[in-house]
Amino acid sequence: MNVRISGRAPLMAAIFLIAFVSLWTACSQKEGAPVASEQKNLPPIKIAVVGSHSGDLASYGIPSVRAAQLVVDQRNAACGIAGRRIELLVEDDVCKPELAANAATKVIGDGAQVVVGHICSGATKAALGIYKEARLVAMSPSATNPALTQSGEYPNFFRTIASDDAQARLEVDFVLGRLKAQKIAVLHDKGDYGKGLAEFAKGFIEADPRGAVVLFEGITPGAVDYSAVVNKINQSGAQAVIYGGYHPEASKIVSQMRKKAMTIPFVSDDGVKDDTFIKVAGEFAEGVYATGPVDTTRNPIAIEAVAAHKAKYGEDPGAFFLNAYAATLALVNAFEKACATDYDAIVKALRSEWVATPLGIIRFDERGDAIGVGFAMYQVQGGKYAEIK
Amino acid sequence: MNWDYLLSLFMGGLTRGSIYALIALGYTMVYGIISLINFAHGEIYMIGAFTALIVIGVLTLAGWNGMAILLIAAAAAVVYAAAYGWTMERIAYRPLRRAPRLSALISAIGMSLFLQNYVRMAQTANFLPFPNLIPDFACLKPVAHIVRASEIVIYAVTALVMLLLTLLVKFTRMGKAMRATAQDREMAMLSGVDVDQVISLTFIIGSAIAAIGGVLIASHVGQINFYIGFLAGIKAFVAAVLGGIGSMPGAVLGGLVLGWTESFFTGYVSSDYEDVFAFLFLVGILIFRPSGLLGRKQTEKV
Repeated sequence: MNVRISGRAPLMAAIFLIAFVSLWTACSQKEGAPVASEQKNLPPIKIAVVGSHSGDLASYGIPSVRAAQLVVDQRNAACGIAGRRIELLVEDDVCKPELAANAATKVIGDGAQVVVGHICSGATKAALGIYKEARLVAMSPSATNPALTQSGEYPNFFRTIASDDAQARLEVDFVLGRLKAQKIAVLHDKGDYGKGLAEFAKGFIEADPRGAVVLFEGITPGAVDYSAVVNKINQSGAQAVIYGGYHPEASKIVSQMRKKAMTIPFVSDDGVKDDTFIKVAGEFAEGVYATGPVDTTRNPIAIEAVAAHKAKYGEDPGAFFLNAYAATLALVNAFEKACATDYDAIVKALRSEWVATPLGIIRFDERGDAIGVGFAMYQVQGGKYAEIK
Repeated sequence: MNWDYLLSLFMGGLTRGSIYALIALGYTMVYGIISLINFAHGEIYMIGAFTALIVIGVLTLAGWNGMAILLIAAAAAVVYAAAYGWTMERIAYRPLRRAPRLSALISAIGMSLFLQNYVRMAQTANFLPFPNLIPDFACLKPVAHIVRASEIVIYAVTALVMLLLTLLVKFTRMGKAMRATAQDREMAMLSGVDVDQVISLTFIIGSAIAAIGGVLIASHVGQINFYIGFLAGIKAFVAAVLGGIGSMPGAVLGGLVLGWTESFFTGYVSSDYEDVFAFLFLVGILIFRPSGLLGRKQTEKV
């Protein structure tokens, strides 16, 4: 018994210490604020950018910092938001939930008014509760876990990327509505991404009276051939196949289906919407459907943002750059439209005001998902993916 | 009972099984002669497929037509893979002939990793399309949903290879030397058999057969990358153990049984647990027949 008590003591001490330190930083902030307003006529608006800026997943986080920096530089050059300068607070969470909570506490202590971040779904989830307590809006450019918005647990969370189930939703609507298939075979590669999508698709089809899942199977990636599974699809009488996974297996399955004279539509995800798929599957790729992010290459703001990135950093932007650019623009716009920096006003502005971003003209729904950001359906036509309107 | 479905699963299993059998032959021959599990054997299969792809690319540019390209590419793959097999034995296994068996095994695993990464760096890590050079015969149209031309070619080639191999081992001087080496290496050496030569030849033949398997399956499936040898190699190894490692008819039987097991299990139960079932089946067989289906019981002489 003694051992257990003494084992707990350091933990209790640590909790007290953390509570005390955060109390202290919060107080010191309040003391500091008037001083700042005396020095300048108005204090700067502080936007925190939190994500993975080091470690394995740094390449997902750094583009967001650069995107926010570019937007902020541009705004500050044009006298900021209503005469107030914008200041960035950059914190690293290495995509680890435990560090994300620390980073969240730190940026709150530093006086952040909104947060762009975090990058990974797990880290985002860990930080959101802390932001919610502090009544702070957090907007992620990349956290795609559906529950973050759909659970309704985090009214302060917004994102400029479609959630994982959005692709499955689009695939199912397309198959049932446009292709008018009633019996659907759902396959996946047993991986997190593919199986997750396939399970969402299965759920959506089952909830819809128009269709039924006649086959739900996981396949072994890298197997010598898939003729048994292809025979099984044939046997099930499916009128369309939805596949969750990546292109190497998809191209094998499609080729084997077509060689067996099975012509039913094959619908897949952005793991397949890759030119390698067309290269490998060749003639058999023709007519395959795949969902992918909406094309932004002709959006003028996107073109401008990419050009600004190249000018400043001398290279093409990385992952989620445009999503982070859109998030920063949306937040800045919310400050302007709300004419205030308090939580309720910002949330109201985000939900009601449309804003032009590199991803298109967007606003946010009640749950925090961006309306106007999402996936489009593409089809291989003449050896290229073409968007289906 | 749906006979068409049953038949198509049977044919699919036969295709898989034939490929497993072609690769398993190499495992089992090498094991039979020097008691070494040559883990790099799957990589020879992959190198065969890559060589064929390169030759096909060159010949297509030169404007040759279908069947001739396939034959030349297959011949090149066989020669190239055989050269790899021979070299591999020379540099990775011969120096360890007198070392404990575990050392040679580690050397084999190292060789496998080396060859994989060598191809990955020298060629590419991406999947590459492999052209389908076996024409779809018009007379097969009505049964296209059950069996394809490329599958019939796979069955025919597998049967032919097995026949030739049996003839070689049973009726030639070299075959006799191989059997002698397999039975007792030292005694064979004393009777004037050039054991080194026999072992080299075993590697050459095994590698050549694996290369044929590589070309056939790549043409059937339509894509390759540097990693295809790994899973195929593991499955073929299972097939060799299932049939009784060291026994050539056993390797073929093991390959076919494994192919059918996987195909029927996927067809009638679920493909989610295809591998689980294949390995459970292996465990089951080994419990009742520890030396495999056709393996001979090893009696340790004291």
